[in-house]
Amino acid sequence: MNGIPMEQGLLLSAMLFVLGLIGVLVRRNLIMMLMSLEVVLNATGLAFVVAGSRWGDADGQIMFLLILTLAAAEVGVGLGLTLQVFRRFHTLDADSLNEMKG
Amino acid sequence: MTLTLFYLTSAVAVFATVMMITRLNAVHGLLYLILSLLSVGVLFFLLGAHFAAVLEVIIYAGAIMVLFVFVIMMLNQGQTTIDRERAWLQPAIWIGPSLLALLLFGEMAVVILFGGSAETGSVVTAKQLGMVLYGPYLLAVELASMLLLAGLVGAYHLGKPALKSGARS
Repeated sequence: MNGIPMEQGLLLSAMLFVLGLIGVLVRRNLIMMLMSLEVVLNATGLAFVVAGSRWGDADGQIMFLLILTLAAAEVGVGLGLTLQVFRRFHTLDADSLNEMKG
Repeated sequence: MTLTLFYLTSAVAVFATVMMITRLNAVHGLLYLILSLLSVGVLFFLLGAHFAAVLEVIIYAGAIMVLFVFVIMMLNQGQTTIDRERAWLQPAIWIGPSLLALLLFGEMAVVILFGGSAETGSVVTAKQLGMVLYGPYLLAVELASMLLLAGLVGAYHLGKPALKSGARS
């Protein structure tokens, strides 16, 4: 059997997920929001790896690989968008985007 | 002993994440975010997912964080940058993440030195992973490659320096 109980691993994953979610909701800096999104995706991957380790199966790590791919693509596009926002509005405040109407 | 290491690493991960979302400066937050990712990598190692641990360190804490550093550098141009960097690199800023990273390094040394006792029950090796990844999950690999290609094209398009304002009426 595994030395680490699955419940505690999933609990840690849930804590990290909630912390990242709080970061996304509370912070208004676009870069900090992207970093919090990284924490959220990382916590999800941790949940998959914990479950895969519990059953001794490779599927959990494969899901982690796919999440890693998703995170890489998301960060690339998100940082490109951040650059464009900074060029147009000269700020990183996400609330400044409420001028985008029409 | 695995449980002790697990609790220690979990505490480091949660603490680093809390510090990350409460930092006002993006660079300070980035230091703690890297620490959080490294500690999750150690957790993967303790859980027997060695390949995922290596990928976590190389891709998450390496490649993706380098992207963040590049963008933060690009967004902070000007005369005040040097003063700001001097303020960023005060020892009080990096001493905390460094000490916690040293703690993680100590854990890794313990695991390597006393490898047998820290081994968890079910280890999924990279060979098993590859056999499954290129067997039943072949379609997922193709989809992931399409996703990465789309991300590449999107990042290239969005990152182009001059989107002419008059070009799109």
